[in-house]
Amino acid sequence: MSMNACLQEISAERPASPALPPLPSDHLEMVEAWGMNASSLAYVYRPTTLDGILSVFETARRHGRTVFLRGAGRSYGDASLLAENLCLDCTRMNRILDWDPVTGQITVEPGVTIGDIWRYTLGDGWWPPVVSGTMTVTMGGALAMNIHGKNNWKSGPIGEHVLQFEMLLPAGEIINCSPKENEEIFYSAIGGFGMLGCFTRITMQMKRVYSGLLEVEAFATPSFGAIMREIEQRMETADYLVGWVDCFAGGRKTGRGLVHAAYYVPSGADPIPAQTLRLEKQELPDTMLGFLPKSILWRLLKPFANNPGMRLINQAKYTAGSTIGNHKWERQSHAAFAFLLDYVPNWKWAYKPGGLIQYQTFIPAAKAEECFSEQMSLCRVEGIIPWLAVFKRHRPDKFLMSHAVEGYSLALDIPVNERNRKRVWALCDKMNALTLSSGGRFYFAKDSSLDAKTVAAYLGAETIARFSSIKRRCDPENLLETGLSKRLFGDFL
Amino acid sequence: MGKDWKRALIVGASSGIGESLALLLGKQGCAVAMVARRNEELVRIASEIERQGGGPVYCYPHDVRDTGKAAALFQQITHDLGGLDLIIYSAGVMPLVTDEEYSLDKDMNIIDVNVKGAVAWLNEAARRFASEGKGTLAGISSVAGDRGRRGMPVYSSSKAFFDAYLEGLRNRISRFGVTVVTAKPGPVDTPMTHGLKKLPMLISSEQAAISILKSCERGGVTYIPGKWKPIMWVVRHIPSPIFRRMNI
Repeated sequence: MSMNACLQEISAERPASPALPPLPSDHLEMVEAWGMNASSLAYVYRPTTLDGILSVFETARRHGRTVFLRGAGRSYGDASLLAENLCLDCTRMNRILDWDPVTGQITVEPGVTIGDIWRYTLGDGWWPPVVSGTMTVTMGGALAMNIHGKNNWKSGPIGEHVLQFEMLLPAGEIINCSPKENEEIFYSAIGGFGMLGCFTRITMQMKRVYSGLLEVEAFATPSFGAIMREIEQRMETADYLVGWVDCFAGGRKTGRGLVHAAYYVPSGADPIPAQTLRLEKQELPDTMLGFLPKSILWRLLKPFANNPGMRLINQAKYTAGSTIGNHKWERQSHAAFAFLLDYVPNWKWAYKPGGLIQYQTFIPAAKAEECFSEQMSLCRVEGIIPWLAVFKRHRPDKFLMSHAVEGYSLALDIPVNERNRKRVWALCDKMNALTLSSGGRFYFAKDSSLDAKTVAAYLGAETIARFSSIKRRCDPENLLETGLSKRLFGDFL
Repeated sequence: MGKDWKRALIVGASSGIGESLALLLGKQGCAVAMVARRNEELVRIASEIERQGGGPVYCYPHDVRDTGKAAALFQQITHDLGGLDLIIYSAGVMPLVTDEEYSLDKDMNIIDVNVKGAVAWLNEAARRFASEGKGTLAGISSVAGDRGRRGMPVYSSSKAFFDAYLEGLRNRISRFGVTVVTAKPGPVDTPMTHGLKKLPMLISSEQAAISILKSCERGGVTYIPGKWKPIMWVVRHIPSPIFRRMNI
């Protein structure tokens, strides 16, 4: 109620206090963006059944609140946050409902994580077709954001491997969706950032693997152009491709980095797959260099959590990778290669107290080198250097709110603190404009900086209108909202 | 330049120190929620803040004696503000009581407003701030709470209660990162003190509000103005048999 509203309300003789009993304050919890750059209090509910979910919607309706869906809370920004409203946390809906080791089809509840899935299926020789850099994400969240992995140019986003899902709409209707049934909702709810309903049952086709190991090739690339050339050359043969870029290097060294290419071991090449597929061979080691407990590593990182420290680490990584590690082949377990973000537990705490944002843009191949170089110079001009940058190859997909393009993405980890906060957002604004002019796209799981105008510009009015009409069909009361949805789309209805 | 408050709630905002606090915060661009019994006063203050380009301002007509409704209204307010950084319980009554008067109505009213209302509102805020790990919770107590005064037995004990209650909250939740403030003004020129005979070191409610907001940055117990601190130290240490004979 703003001042004007206040005057109106008072003249309309609004009852002095709401008649309803208050929401239970024992549900009031702090909910944080994964990047620790935003947090707020919300009434958190963790149902385990469909009825439980429905009663959350009903509570929201009665109290005039909205609901935001939340899985593991791995989105960097406000994609699963909304102050003072109801948080429907799906993490306790974590049962694996069905698994067929012959066809490799798995059916899960939305709170099952990627980690739960591969640990369950690998013994039978199946690996998730698409995984994020962390295995802690839930399947519900993974679908809502339509996550991609280091194989995006080849395998597309996770949504392309979903055979069907069941979704509970806020009004209580349960709908089944697949590429053939309720097709429009299928392609909108996946990547629909939790705006349409709550996934309750997801069936996914897993990927057959014949070994627990991958053949991994590492090599150095002195510039953005070189990274792209090397990646293009391997797009036919490699199964995973990922680049790392040293953002502290300027001038002629701009864009220097390392590339890792990984290849599945073909059937028959691993003499003892039953051994390498065992979980013990996959689990990430709990020490580094054989003796340093990983649980303390983030504390050791802390003294380097500043520009000079990070410059040193980036330099050391490039030097090692471009000399002793250059063109080295090794066999790595799937988990060790895929889940780099889980390698150092709680590494994000090194970014405390301000946290970080991740700024990731997806740029068409022809414009990528120019755009990313320009982004790097903008960072240098502003004096805000990303501490970590990751480079990937992508291709477009059929999903309505897709973030992918035929081209490349660069994901920048930017530290945030009280002093630089405004400047970081100003820098993102400039980079957003640059991305738009390059025909690029953005990814809601990472976003903290977009505004409605930018989103309208890259998605197009027609796409937004289509999504809004599906939103009206699935959630006519507009009960599902998040900080991100309000920031980027306002009120859908 | 003081702290940049973003979202504040003033309970008892329709006059006196509460009004000055609302005006001060509103003019600084802080979103202010005002709770008080009298609509028309809230609207007047809201208009004043809006006229000066401040705000936004939110008004909630409510009687703090209606403690059963405090929790729901508090939730409504935090929802409307999108969170809360500062709550100041400024509601208080000090009816004129003659030396021979033992009016249960007056005394119960003091307890309802100064004690029960404060607990109803600040308990909610304390629980919330503790789970959030931040926030500033302030109560406007009084120098009167330092001794049982012959002229105001119930008023001074209501403020003594408030002091101990706020100290208890501080001991309970400051370890979670919450700042708990006990502001203890001496006489302030407000409707509460109108009609009283000459008062020592009287300050305006605007002055009081400025000092209280400053004390909200620090936390702890603050006498307002600061010179009351040594005076009240002495007053607190006057032995009871002597204090009884003094006309304070």
